[in-house]
Amino acid sequence: MRNRSRFLIMCFAASLTVAGCTSGGPAPAASAPPTGSAAAPAPAANGAFPRNQTLYTSGTQYGPPANWNPIREWDSATGTKGLVYETLFLFDPQKGDFTPWLAESGSWTGDNEYTLKLRPGVTWSDGKPLTAEDVVFTFELGKMETIPYHPLWTFLKSAEAVDATTAKFTFTKPNYQQWANHLYSRAIVPKHLWEGRDEKEVLDGVNEKPVGTGPYAYQSHDQDRMAWVKRDGWWATKALNLDVKPKYIVDIVNGSNEVALGLLLQNGLDLSNNFLPGIANLVQGKFGVQTYYPEPPYMLSANTAWLVLNTEKKPMDDPAFRKAMASSIDMKTIVEKVYGNLVLPASPTGLLPQWDKYIDKDVVAKSGFSYDEAKAKKLLADAGYKDADGDGFVENKDGSKIQLELIVPNGWTDWMEAIRVISGSAKKAGINVEPAFPEYPKLVADRGTGKFDMLLNNERQLSNTPWMYYDYIFRLPIQKQQNTTNFGRYENKKAWDLVRDLDNRPTDDAEGMAKITSELQQIQLDDMPVIPLWYNGLWAQSTSTVWKNWPSAAPGAPKNAPTLWRNWIELGGIYTLTELQPVAGG
Amino acid sequence: MRQYFGRKALIYALTFFVAVTINWMIPRFMPGDPIQGLVARAQVADPASVDAMRAHYTNLFGLDVPWWQQYVNFWAALLRGDMGISIWAFPTPVTDLIIRAVPYTLGLLIPAILLSWWAGNRFGAFAARRKWLDNTVLPIGYLLTATPYMWLALLLAWTLAILAGIFPVSHAYSFAVQPSWSWEFLGSLAVHWVLPFSSLFLVMFGGWAIGMRNLIIYELESDYANYLQALGARSRLVRGYAFRNAVLPQITGLALQLGTIVAGALVTEIVFSYPGIGHLILQAINNQDFFLLQGAFLFIVLGVLVANFIIDVVYTLVDPRTRIRMQGNAV
Repeated sequence: MRNRSRFLIMCFAASLTVAGCTSGGPAPAASAPPTGSAAAPAPAANGAFPRNQTLYTSGTQYGPPANWNPIREWDSATGTKGLVYETLFLFDPQKGDFTPWLAESGSWTGDNEYTLKLRPGVTWSDGKPLTAEDVVFTFELGKMETIPYHPLWTFLKSAEAVDATTAKFTFTKPNYQQWANHLYSRAIVPKHLWEGRDEKEVLDGVNEKPVGTGPYAYQSHDQDRMAWVKRDGWWATKALNLDVKPKYIVDIVNGSNEVALGLLLQNGLDLSNNFLPGIANLVQGKFGVQTYYPEPPYMLSANTAWLVLNTEKKPMDDPAFRKAMASSIDMKTIVEKVYGNLVLPASPTGLLPQWDKYIDKDVVAKSGFSYDEAKAKKLLADAGYKDADGDGFVENKDGSKIQLELIVPNGWTDWMEAIRVISGSAKKAGINVEPAFPEYPKLVADRGTGKFDMLLNNERQLSNTPWMYYDYIFRLPIQKQQNTTNFGRYENKKAWDLVRDLDNRPTDDAEGMAKITSELQQIQLDDMPVIPLWYNGLWAQSTSTVWKNWPSAAPGAPKNAPTLWRNWIELGGIYTLTELQPVAGG
Repeated sequence: MRQYFGRKALIYALTFFVAVTINWMIPRFMPGDPIQGLVARAQVADPASVDAMRAHYTNLFGLDVPWWQQYVNFWAALLRGDMGISIWAFPTPVTDLIIRAVPYTLGLLIPAILLSWWAGNRFGAFAARRKWLDNTVLPIGYLLTATPYMWLALLLAWTLAILAGIFPVSHAYSFAVQPSWSWEFLGSLAVHWVLPFSSLFLVMFGGWAIGMRNLIIYELESDYANYLQALGARSRLVRGYAFRNAVLPQITGLALQLGTIVAGALVTEIVFSYPGIGHLILQAINNQDFFLLQGAFLFIVLGVLVANFIIDVVYTLVDPRTRIRMQGNAV
């Protein structure tokens, strides 16, 4: 009997725990969330999101939403910049247009002076008006050393508010291209709430009550999701006749590909910005999943994947060797077999299709390269790389063995496959390259200090100017740590001068820009400091069971970027939201 | 009694100290630099800004002092309940992340352990020496207990969630609901809980059932059982005594198994994207988040130690011999 009662107690305890956990479990998460803004929206009825009013997205967030700080453009919760905080301009990478957003207009009013007119009638979600003071304050935050846009102040001399809606910027040197980038990239923050914050708070602050000018406000979050709710009084509704239809946006933190795919097929996800290998099959089949293009490459291009060679090491210090390497890469296999035609092979210049007008076709025709094993072998032989010991691989000119390592982060499966292909085709041409997969942090450390042979990188995204890419390829001087540019430590003073010259071209001087980019392309193709491989897609797959009118190549469909990726909402992502229409009813 | 628990407490304290120390050391031996990763993510080009940012974060995470001082600081902070800031979910405190994850892990583990132990023992005792049950269920038990937790989890997810569509594939509750006291939310929570729970329950159940069956057979062959049977006692009574004797090694077994069970639960959580401690550990490893890793392991170490202690106490209650021996010692 005693025996039995003891088991009963155990049983009881177990059921209590079950009850305790199922009921009390996530309660802390529910009680913690900050409450939107002053005009706090009503919570969803019954704590549930009505399906026909909710847009489910995924593909941006890799960790739990942990901060709503627009200064942290790289890890703030999805939509912090774009849905809540907005930028002065938008940039349409498809057309190459700047659209005034919070700004009404802006122009260079002198050699070193830029005047910005703000749109009247824009208010923060707490009801205060947006003023030129806010804009000046935001840019002046960059004077703090740890703020990522601090480098702006190397050429910006001062920012001042002339009146409530006019701001004037004075430069020591007019870097038109960079400034244009800042104009649509920097999220404007309200001075009246941010004024007292110290540097640590500005950089690391959670900012749990985001007050912005945008169409959405904080609703709730949990470890695996971020929910936004539409707020009344978004300025663009009146000023531009734009309206966002989804009442709620729930962004789901990325789990595995299977999870994203499962949700998409079960109608639990409207827009997935995940890279889903094999999505082509679903688009072709009748699964209700669509992408921007109905046929290859399915996606718009978002960035270029480069093969970076460490030009400080032998034999990568030799342009002839680098060119041979470029010719040895079997891109067709990568595009077709590894990516199932989801990506496009890159132009020899590496400039994205959206920058096609800056590509000098003559230079490419004369000096471009493509996969050609025989040519790779010939280039090696002509440059004096011979296979003396008969192992099938060439040796250095001094006779020492060439054993190179090509690295990508462990777990990036598509890249891991891609470098296996690269290694295979390079070996056929006689270059001994082995794939290797260090952990990401180790790769970053080695990349920064130049302790690698070759690696793949795609960190520079599509933007308003090819200057971004040339800055990435040619930036000088070489530092002890190369953190974001010129990982290969390639030194070419002439090229860097050209890049700086390009920066100083007004954004509407297409001819002047093209002349410089043409020269840069010649240098690039002659010297091959980095090898462009393919254009990574703007991964976006959507379903039309609840929301329709997704951007696509079809006639009449919106043509903007179908994504909520960080720093893409101001590249047209916001129009994706305003163009969406509910499938059922109004 | 006091001596017994005093000795136990000392052993536990020592284990705790060593475990926490190892726990502090391991992430620091991992290759790479978490601060480097954190700064790299910010995509800052200007070298001066990068240096400033690096210095800022190195200081923020307390990595700018010699290792022995880091170790001392670590203990000092730990005793205040401060486990640092997560790098993965910057700038959330590790304690917050763990507190949010713990209910999910416990909600899986405790019912799974207790119920499988109880049901497994009952069933094993019942099945022993009953031919048809022994022949059919026993092989299934072996199969279950030999199955890795992860494999069974994948199997369940594939069959019951993806093919049959009865249960959701992943996460703790539906994306359409928010935490609240509504039936909708609680129901969603329960439905999402079934598969991860079942995969843990089934594997453990098989193990306990087989163990119990073998022990019962052993007990039924012992002298006292034969004697009872010879006296003409009903088999029910004999089995009852056999069960009470056989359950003791099973309790010890539970104490020994705890570590593996916890590890199994972690893997199960990863398979189902269940937002418990196991999920956190995976993310911490992927993102070189020392502090989160430390915190999560610390929680596990504490949990296993506490559970072991409870089992010790239970053992003294259940087994009269330990009690008598302890009293004898105390005198």
